[in-house]
Amino acid sequence: MTNPGQTPPSSEITPEALYADRRRFLKNSLLFAATAAGVGGGLVWLTGGARSHRGARDSAGAFPAIEPGPFGTDEARTPFSAATMYNNFYEFGTDKDDPARFGGSLKPRPWTVTIEGEVHRPQTVDIDTLLGWFPLEERVYRMRCVEAWSMVIPWDGFPLADLIRRAEPTSNARFVAFTSLHDPAQMPGQQRDVLAWPYVEGLRLDEALHPLTILAAGLYGRPLPNQNGAPLRLVVPWKYGFKGIKSIVRIALTRDEPPTTWNASAPQEYGFYANVNPSVDHPRWSQTTERRIGELSRRPTLPFNGYAKEVASLYAGMDLGRFF
Amino acid sequence: MTSGRRPWLKPAVFAGSLAPLGAILFQAARGALGANPVAEALNRLGLTALVFLVASLACTPLRETLTWTWPIALRRMLGLFAFFYACLHFGTYAALDQGLRWSAILADVTKRKFIFVGFAALVLLAPLAATSTAAAVRRLGFPRWKRLHRLAYACGVLGAIHFWLRVKKDVREPAIYAAVLTALLLARVFVYARDRRRRRAIVASSPP
Repeated sequence: MTNPGQTPPSSEITPEALYADRRRFLKNSLLFAATAAGVGGGLVWLTGGARSHRGARDSAGAFPAIEPGPFGTDEARTPFSAATMYNNFYEFGTDKDDPARFGGSLKPRPWTVTIEGEVHRPQTVDIDTLLGWFPLEERVYRMRCVEAWSMVIPWDGFPLADLIRRAEPTSNARFVAFTSLHDPAQMPGQQRDVLAWPYVEGLRLDEALHPLTILAAGLYGRPLPNQNGAPLRLVVPWKYGFKGIKSIVRIALTRDEPPTTWNASAPQEYGFYANVNPSVDHPRWSQTTERRIGELSRRPTLPFNGYAKEVASLYAGMDLGRFF
Repeated sequence: MTSGRRPWLKPAVFAGSLAPLGAILFQAARGALGANPVAEALNRLGLTALVFLVASLACTPLRETLTWTWPIALRRMLGLFAFFYACLHFGTYAALDQGLRWSAILADVTKRKFIFVGFAALVLLAPLAATSTAAAVRRLGFPRWKRLHRLAYACGVLGAIHFWLRVKKDVREPAIYAAVLTALLLARVFVYARDRRRRRAIVASSPP
């Protein structure tokens, strides 16, 4: 409209105030965006929202076909990804996703397991030799955590009774004591004294010999991922999950009741028996219901986690409110 | 107030304060909240409420010790966001975690120390939120309003205790919040003592 070189008409000149406003507007917009992003990002980071919930590092190599064992359930199985990324394994950290994130430093081979105590045949045996003694079978069990959530997991394992009988218990044997690996280099969570390391657990001998009780070397047809307790863990489906000691290096038969880690840590909250029991509350929360992982609404918790028919007789005459 | 030297500040903090909720909704829609999404949302909403409580309690000490005045302009909004997230936290617990089974919720609140403490913090926050308007300050009169709003400290302490009692073993994170709250309380005590000393000095130096 205007000729080049000519001064534009005054009507087209931006008023100085508006020009300054534009600069201020730009500056304020930038400050707004930066502050909003900083505050928002900071809040999300501070409250743990920035962590990604990654699934499992898939453990290599599925087992050859494994026969289904007894005591199965037709309840829906928990997805593999959930069972391998939502774990309590304080040896790798106290957050649920810590075991999946930091489990990589554990070396499950080579590995030995020592069987000793009140047995006629004590020995230290390589894990692969031990696994060669017993055929693996699939056991689909409910798993009830003391924190009131649960899963359904297909374990691959063998009855603990088979191993105990092979070691030939003496007549003095009344309990079985288990010990986890203690190696802060492989298990970084052990660099802090959250619990007294190593993790130890125990069962009465009749509980250990019960056909429901297994040692698992795998789940979902493949070797245990590190976060689930590679290379060998205990599974006692009628007890709270913390009884299922992971990454076992020692199994000893004993005369006396062995100490157990959570009981020693908070005796008023965690007993030696730790049988799933909806009528005995945890001091800080109710045990009457549970959230099955993958479901929105809660479901009632069953006595002995639904295995009462099989195991209730083990506790006949016992006050389960006292021996919780 | 906002249109002063930093007109962008309040709207920006408001927008950023919605980010924790936005992140939870976004991740929930994508199934990215992990294996136990209800527990994840519950924990994060509760923690966000505690962060806002601590942030709102930090405004006054920041002015008194570092002579920053801009946090004061944010204090009411931060407090209201604390209440907002505390309500979402309780709502998630009641609706999603407990499925609105009020008998179970009532039993939890009365029997479980840590739930009682958290619930008490929420109940105490309600009158503070209700009296957060300028009209309410006028109605109550500033001294009474101020006394009432000291309850915010009780809410912060109860919130931190609630968090502490909930964890199974690892108290590192609740300990950090407890330490920050303690520091903020000590800052108040320090400022109170300093001001009293100054007032006395002024009285002493004035001619009889």
